[in-house]
Amino acid sequence: MNITFEQPKIKESPNYLNIQYGWQSWLFTTDHKRIALLYLFSITAFFMIGGAFAVGMRLNLTSPHGLLFSPETYNKLFTMHGIIMIFFFLIPSIPAVLGNFLIPLMIGARDLAFPRINLLAGICIIGGVVAVAAVASGGVDTGWTFYAPFSTTYSNTHVIMTAVAVFVAGFSSILTGLNFIVTIHKMRAPGMTWFRLPLFVWSHYATSIIQVLGTPVVAITIVLLGLERLFHAGIFDPKLGGDPILFQHLFWFYSHPAVYIMILPGMGVISELITCFSHKAVFGYGFVAFSSVAIAILSFLVWGHHLFVSGQSMYAGMLFSLLSFMVAVPSAIKVFNWTATMYRGSISYDTPMLYAFGFIGLFTIGGLTGLFLATVAIDVLVTDTYFVLAHFHYTMVGGMVMAYLGGIHFWFPKITGRMYPEGWARFAALVVFVGFNLTFFPQFILGYLGMPRRYATYAPEFQSLNVLSSAGASILGVGYLIPMIYLAWAWNRGPRAPQNPWNAKGLEWEKSPSPPPTFNFDEMPVVTENAYNYGDESVHAAEARG
Amino acid sequence: MGNLSIYPPRASAFAGQVDLLYTFLLVVSAIMIVLIFGCVFFFAVKYRRRPGGPPPRQHHGSVMLEIVWSTIPFLVMLVMFVWGTKLYFDSANPPANTLDLYVTGKQWMWKVEYPGGQREINEIHVPTGTPVKVTLASQDVIHSFFIPAFRVKHDVVPGHYEILWFQATKPGRYHLFCAEYCGADHSKMGGWVNVMSPADYEVWLSGGERGGSMVDQGAKLFSQYGCVTCHVLDAKGRCPSLRNVFGHPVQLDDGRTVMADEAYVRESILDPNAKIVKGYERNVMPVFQGQISEEGLLQLIVFVKSLSQPPEQPAPTKGAPAAAKGSPK
Repeated sequence: MNITFEQPKIKESPNYLNIQYGWQSWLFTTDHKRIALLYLFSITAFFMIGGAFAVGMRLNLTSPHGLLFSPETYNKLFTMHGIIMIFFFLIPSIPAVLGNFLIPLMIGARDLAFPRINLLAGICIIGGVVAVAAVASGGVDTGWTFYAPFSTTYSNTHVIMTAVAVFVAGFSSILTGLNFIVTIHKMRAPGMTWFRLPLFVWSHYATSIIQVLGTPVVAITIVLLGLERLFHAGIFDPKLGGDPILFQHLFWFYSHPAVYIMILPGMGVISELITCFSHKAVFGYGFVAFSSVAIAILSFLVWGHHLFVSGQSMYAGMLFSLLSFMVAVPSAIKVFNWTATMYRGSISYDTPMLYAFGFIGLFTIGGLTGLFLATVAIDVLVTDTYFVLAHFHYTMVGGMVMAYLGGIHFWFPKITGRMYPEGWARFAALVVFVGFNLTFFPQFILGYLGMPRRYATYAPEFQSLNVLSSAGASILGVGYLIPMIYLAWAWNRGPRAPQNPWNAKGLEWEKSPSPPPTFNFDEMPVVTENAYNYGDESVHAAEARG
Repeated sequence: MGNLSIYPPRASAFAGQVDLLYTFLLVVSAIMIVLIFGCVFFFAVKYRRRPGGPPPRQHHGSVMLEIVWSTIPFLVMLVMFVWGTKLYFDSANPPANTLDLYVTGKQWMWKVEYPGGQREINEIHVPTGTPVKVTLASQDVIHSFFIPAFRVKHDVVPGHYEILWFQATKPGRYHLFCAEYCGADHSKMGGWVNVMSPADYEVWLSGGERGGSMVDQGAKLFSQYGCVTCHVLDAKGRCPSLRNVFGHPVQLDDGRTVMADEAYVRESILDPNAKIVKGYERNVMPVFQGQISEEGLLQLIVFVKSLSQPPEQPAPTKGAPAAAKGSPK
């Protein structure tokens, strides 16, 4: 016999989600939390589109002759995969979603410094719609790097439309960075000194510096590319008196720092996850904080390592090699400090922590293979091969996407007021980890064996490793779909989350309900202690309660 | 398939050295991975949260540890840096007396020309034991000349001449790839490098049809385009004589001195007013931008090169015709 109890209808306390309804209240909102959700939904859509292109590529590569697509179509697939994943998923991912949502909450502010600029930045991501329109109208085939003179003179595809999309999305990045810098400087709650800031905020501060200083350069480069393509300005095409290498210098002057836009915020998330699920203060807080700033500065000095075989002088090659090794040091410092944080901690294996473990593993491999690329004599062999492809997928996908998923799970209770199903989430984290390694590890071997990237067809001896990689990609794809399903379910049906389900430190957990009210805090928080002040007793207190 | 090696075939003197460095990096990486993963795994198990377990001990950091784990990896990286850069420098400078090949990339093929006038598409023949210098030019977009078995790669940039060299050691047939994305059939822009013993190479060179050596063809173009009317070789003409120009410094009318290398000759053909030799008029020579193919330019350059070589010097390398000698530096 079933006895069902009618749950008493408790009216939810007013929060940022239920305070207003209707599409205008979302599309014209200036609430940083609502804007974060707008980003969340748009970049999830872009991630699925970009992922679909990857599926097409991996399917095609199961045969050395190309299973499904003509080379022209394949070239469009990898171009659109790169453009959408980089400009419309990875760059906005953690900063625009989690950073937007959390920075004011973490520093004890009501909102970002410029809420309406934040909305403008959010609208700029609509550039992605232009990119999708470019796909729909036939696509683009230049590679995400837009190298001249192919992009300026030879390609017959929608280069200009795609360039406009990237240009517009760039403003989203610049404005967000600007907003974060001002917010972190001016909006901290009383007592929230610089060295009490959560490391998530430090890493976003470093990211914002790159966004503000770097992105305008790529915007200018794109304008020059447009001038060249439309009006034959003679900047990059040697037939018009230009120099194609100039394009590469300009492009990588932004795009190398941009890879740190695509990893620093992830490092910030990992610092938060490891400290919370070890119940220990981050080991070497100052070193972790300043290593973010060091990475941001050094990132501007290493672009030439993309040009080792382009004909820049060998002394430039030497210098950029040395600088590239130097940028590895602060990254290594972070990994060591995270590991040391776990020492004598009280470690639980909740899903976000599983993603943090995954991040450390994959990012370490990504970082170590970066040393191969900084070593010029080896880079000469492996540049523009699958080795490079595997390397940056280990950092960007193994690093940033793992951190993003870890962060989404960690702050899901705060964002939605609901808990996600832990069993499914752990299972999905495992599937992602296995699928990822199976997809990308064989590509290191392929690269050193000499398989160039951006190949629609390839030599038959590379087939077995390619099939292995494609098999892994299908597992990885499933691994990404599972969280989308159960998170969507949990958003509506998951059990209600308490204010601080992880027993974590930080204003967003300790002082603001889940989900937070529109202005975040019922009263102005006053900070009296350092970040991550997990006393020796906090775990026992938690266990006594739970 | 079937071959489980993680190293591509080694067919150049350079290959073993790169593989040794690569192996060093693999070993260092393996050590780091064991160290880091081992610690993470060990801590995760040993310090897992359990009811009634010990409370976490708070450590806030250690400057000593930070210095140690920043400095040691950096020193190891310096070894990688010095080793890798030294190999790179060695590979950047071709030795004297090379056998010279001229390769033009165009969508989507590699055109190869030998000093003796032999031409091939997507096939290259080289002998073992002789350093080979490849001068790379592009007719259209950026390509990249990549021979994994030799561990060499260089971008082929339109408007630039790029140099790459290798010394093959093992006869065989090895992949040639284009490694820089260049449009629709990028993945088909490949071919084969045939490494032969010097004797076989000699036989190969003597077979097949040819349209005269590169010097002869350059000379033909030199008169066909009317260059010869002004660049009178052994007298003062309206334009400078090209005798003994290549490989020598040239005084310009703006006071600069430049070295007459491939890039200078190329520029002086395509855009003559960019650099005017001291004592000569501007706007005398027509602009040849877009008029001469990249292969024609290479032939002209080889011809100009031949004008500054003392003719009595014997051919230095087996199988290489006289004009194949590298410019003396």
